[in-house]
Amino acid sequence: MSADPREELVTHIPALRAFALSLTRNGSLADDMVQDTLVKGWTKIDSFQAGTNMRAWLFTILRNTYYSNRRKAGREVSDVDGVMTNSLSEKPAHDGRLQMKDFRVAFEQLNDEQREALILVGASGFSYEEAAEMCGVAVGTIKSRTNRGRARLAEIMGLNEHEALEMTDSATMAVVSARSA
Amino acid sequence: MANEIENSKQARLIDDNLKRVYQDMISEDIPDRFLNLLDQLKAQDGGAASEEKAEQGEQK
Repeated sequence: MSADPREELVTHIPALRAFALSLTRNGSLADDMVQDTLVKGWTKIDSFQAGTNMRAWLFTILRNTYYSNRRKAGREVSDVDGVMTNSLSEKPAHDGRLQMKDFRVAFEQLNDEQREALILVGASGFSYEEAAEMCGVAVGTIKSRTNRGRARLAEIMGLNEHEALEMTDSATMAVVSARSA
Repeated sequence: MANEIENSKQARLIDDNLKRVYQDMISEDIPDRFLNLLDQLKAQDGGAASEEKAEQGEQK
């Protein structure tokens, strides 16, 4: 018969860590949340519907933990430890890409809801509909958070329209050539 | 109209960079603590015979 779905948990750990880090912007807090999510996922596997997206299910558990902690704390968790921006090597942006460090710094300044929407839709490749279901809000709300997040990033990065055009073209070509290679 | 096109190009630029940040994050190795945790959970589920092993794991 089918394998134990819990065997699949391990394959989602890197994505869970990335999502947790995007929410908390704090490395140790993020890993505590991942640990918590794995325990919940393991013990509540019966509530996972076989054939559905396990990553979406785990992300939902993780974000519920995050927002419930935030409510208890009565504020956005703001112990940003710079792990997103400092632990990764800086690659030169000779091909017109945005400076990654600046981009991460800008990203960390967005509010929780915008970071979450951008990571789910912009980076992880969830649809607006999936993200809306995971966040328990309307599709239009996710769209508006995503758009506001992108606009805010552009504003913080000081992207003007002309620069955006040029950089988009070279970034797009880099993506296209990487795919066809 | 022109603004919309430029906005959508800007959105794609932002998303390309978001994907890069995300890819960097998910390409990190899985820390042992999570692999050990899954081993412990598995051992606990294995019943009494595995309990000793799970306890040893916790004491590490």
